[in-house]
Amino acid sequence: MARIRVEQVRHSYVPRPTREADWALKEVDLEWADGGAYALLGPSGCGKTTLLNIVSGLLHPTAGRIRFGDADVTASPPGERNIAQVFQFPVVYDTMTVYDNLAFPLRNRGVPEARIDPRVREIAALLDLEAMLPQRAAGLTADGKQKISLGRGLVRSDVNVIMFDEPLTVIDPHLKWRLRSKLKELHQHIGLTMVYVTHDQTEAMTFADHVVVMHEGTVVQVGTPVELFERPRHTFVGHFIGSPGMNILPCALDNGVARFAGQPIRTANAVARAPAGARTELGVRPEFVRFASAGIPVRVAAVSDAGRHQIVETRHGDTIIRLLVDEAERVPADSAHVSFDAAFTQLYVDGWLAGAGAA
Amino acid sequence: MSTRTVNQKAWWLVVPVLVLVGFNAIIPLMTVVNYSVQETFGNNRFFFEGVKWFEMVIHSARFHDALKRQLLFTAIVLAIEVPLGVAVALAMPRRGAWASVCLVLMSMPLLIPWNVVGAIWNIFALPDIGMLGWTLNKAGVDYNFTRQPVAAWATLVAMDVWHWTSLVALLAYAGLSAIPDAYYQAAKIDGASAWAVFRHVQLPKMKHVLTIAVLLRFMDSFMIYTEPFVLTGGGPGNATTLLSIDLVKIALGQFDLGPAGAMSLIYFLIILLLSWMFYRVMTLGEAE
Amino acid sequence: MRLALKQVVRRAGGQTHVHETSIELRSGGFNILLGTTLAGKTTLMQLMAGLLPPTSGEIWFDGRNVTGVPVQKRNVAMVFQQFINYPNLSVYENIASPLRVARLDEATVGERVGRIADLLQLAPFLRRRPSELSGGQQQRTALARALVKDADLVLLDEPLANLDYKLREGLREELPRLFAERPSTVVYATSEPSEALLLGGYTATVHEGRITQYGPNGTVYRHPVDLTTARVFSDPPINTAEVIKRGDTVRLSERVSWTAAGNVRTLPDGAYTIGLRPHHVLPAPGRGGVPVDCRVLIAEISGSESVVHFDLGGLTWVSLSHGVHRFKVGETARFELDVASCLYFGPDGSRVAD
Repeated sequence: MARIRVEQVRHSYVPRPTREADWALKEVDLEWADGGAYALLGPSGCGKTTLLNIVSGLLHPTAGRIRFGDADVTASPPGERNIAQVFQFPVVYDTMTVYDNLAFPLRNRGVPEARIDPRVREIAALLDLEAMLPQRAAGLTADGKQKISLGRGLVRSDVNVIMFDEPLTVIDPHLKWRLRSKLKELHQHIGLTMVYVTHDQTEAMTFADHVVVMHEGTVVQVGTPVELFERPRHTFVGHFIGSPGMNILPCALDNGVARFAGQPIRTANAVARAPAGARTELGVRPEFVRFASAGIPVRVAAVSDAGRHQIVETRHGDTIIRLLVDEAERVPADSAHVSFDAAFTQLYVDGWLAGAGAA
Repeated sequence: MSTRTVNQKAWWLVVPVLVLVGFNAIIPLMTVVNYSVQETFGNNRFFFEGVKWFEMVIHSARFHDALKRQLLFTAIVLAIEVPLGVAVALAMPRRGAWASVCLVLMSMPLLIPWNVVGAIWNIFALPDIGMLGWTLNKAGVDYNFTRQPVAAWATLVAMDVWHWTSLVALLAYAGLSAIPDAYYQAAKIDGASAWAVFRHVQLPKMKHVLTIAVLLRFMDSFMIYTEPFVLTGGGPGNATTLLSIDLVKIALGQFDLGPAGAMSLIYFLIILLLSWMFYRVMTLGEAE
Repeated sequence: MRLALKQVVRRAGGQTHVHETSIELRSGGFNILLGTTLAGKTTLMQLMAGLLPPTSGEIWFDGRNVTGVPVQKRNVAMVFQQFINYPNLSVYENIASPLRVARLDEATVGERVGRIADLLQLAPFLRRRPSELSGGQQQRTALARALVKDADLVLLDEPLANLDYKLREGLREELPRLFAERPSTVVYATSEPSEALLLGGYTATVHEGRITQYGPNGTVYRHPVDLTTARVFSDPPINTAEVIKRGDTVRLSERVSWTAAGNVRTLPDGAYTIGLRPHHVLPAPGRGGVPVDCRVLIAEISGSESVVHFDLGGLTWVSLSHGVHRFKVGETARFELDVASCLYFGPDGSRVAD
């Protein structure tokens, strides 16, 4: 059990990096508390798997250090870092039974057989694998095999942190939900540090206490799901998180007041003046936009039924504004007005939350 | 109204192949079967003899000796080539420029015509002017493969290993290349030793490929003719007279078509039976 | 183009992959095949395309029996889950390939490819090879190749499943627009109920080789014909429980019961299964409903939604609410069941009331 620190880590896969684009990780500085549930969230190619492999020791960073507690583990191999990793597709030892698979890490470390048996059974019970212990691992379904991969990590008592690299990729969609909840349940009971890499914001937001949003090799924002949802520091975070993502509306800044559609819009943050030539935008999530009797005039373009709510796409001129409307509520047919909840409307300058400054 | 959406026209394209195969393989095979149940004294006159030749061959001591020699040869060759091939494959780099170089080097012995292989080793092992023979004799070993049965066997086995280990190595290498990195990473995390990684990750994943390699080597070594014939001619005496060499002696040397035919068929059935047994054993537990 | 399957059965290797199915799909809109993996969606699409012959039954395009017609003659386009493109042809050539098979002249090919490439934002990549493109761009190339053909029938087999979440969302929004102006019949297979809802159109729920229901999305979603259909069309899974109706009261457990209303009242007394979707189970104070006090098992707060699993008399039920509702695992909390939205199912699974 330890605190994990990622200190100024940079990484390039190219032997002699010259340009910005050669660096897979540009500069990452993170600290993860003991026992937390973290997610690394970002689109393909943002560097999240690279970062994960550096923390687990499978990759040696071009620059920077990794500390577990106070010890510098940058040069230590994975076997010495006391980590466990669950990969994108299930890795099981086909020739062994489920029991032997779970016992394998303990046997490799010379744990006496008498102590292995109760431990394996305990973990198998936790993962609902008890009935399958005597079966050959090769015969299980994908989610069963992923549970075995997970079990191999849990069975060791010296594990500091469990890393997950997009573990639900091969799972059937209708089972994904169950395995995801299982992981959350496990974390709530065992309290081990868990780091989960994914491109699916639903998975990240429901699992993690803190989410690290990455884009093109840098960390854009770290925060709780609620913080990321209600107060994104960059328009990328606003767009990437939430389905549908945040509405980003170009606006004008007039003496500290944002103006859109010729009207002043109240925002949660404020900045008196923006640098000349800067791009000013309003960010407001569809969850915080409402139909109103007065406000911004819009034309209703499309209504999608998402079951639990309706997603209404409206247009003001060329700008698209989306809002969520209750399942049973009637949507105006043609023209209407919308208003924004000021507490959750933010002003962004050149993509960054105004007043917060660039990271 | 036809409900078939399957196009049967392709079968017509296969007819020429069937004709060729029939002409070159099936009809000659039937001829052999024909000979094996008949006796001839020349002048193209044949008499039906039933299973007389089969009984004769099965009870002949000469056949038993040749069979024993053959089994011994195949066993030795497999026991050396399979582990050696796998070891070489494990040592070959999987990425980078050296990988291509190694692949080319490994392929080279396989490209040499088989009688040339026999000729190379024949000259190489000559006790007076061959590099190997001369060196061994200079080093104090009394080595003459044309006169000593043991030396002849050793040279024969060395030649086969030199010629065919590459095949096993290349097949095993292909099997190894197909293992995703994640398995090695997981094994590292589980703290597995190199031996454990071999036993639990690499060997199981290579199983299919190795099955093919073993089957191929078994069948080829059991049928081997050209290389030993060119190397030793079956000698000294009949020390290295393997089954196929014996068969050719009977059929073409003595022109005993009946016994030769019978022996051919028995030979064919032995290979078939042993191959089938090998295959069953190696794929045990596969059907899940 | 109206596509009809008439009593189509498909058996292979001793197993029935598609049980007797008769269905008529409409053109001008998405027809979605919704079901879990191995439910039979791909087999159905292959039967429609002509890649597989039916064991029995007939397939009709617009009043023409095409059952024995091979796929090359059916004017069908298909897009797969894996991004299938010709690896050694440029994007331009990839998109042009069906037009070349039809032997159109260069000018027409150029014009049509250009138009489709613009529509799918592939114009800057026309000279590149598929391997040089990102996953999303490769799938757009495959889509472009399917669209340029102006086929009567376009089949999309879970085309977005291998894409990143946000890319999937973006492409999903574009798809209905891309097909809006065309007379083609579009069949789209997916295993995600939310995707089926968002694409709009008609949905056929597929379960174990049978189509359980086919109709407009809203109808199949809100008025499922049986419990299986309700289960297939729910994500998160629908909450179910056994209830007993006696007179005017519906009783779930000793402490939880409510008054029967609407057409539920007309049901004969007896045991039923109710289905209540998670977004109709809200933490108190919600929008009113039958209150239940339960122990919280798991709480997932995602910012936009809160998903809470709780113990309802031995059953695990799930509540899905908007916004942030904080719960501690193990504490007892009050939830409200919107019983007016309950679906009632009889012992054989068919819906009897809602």
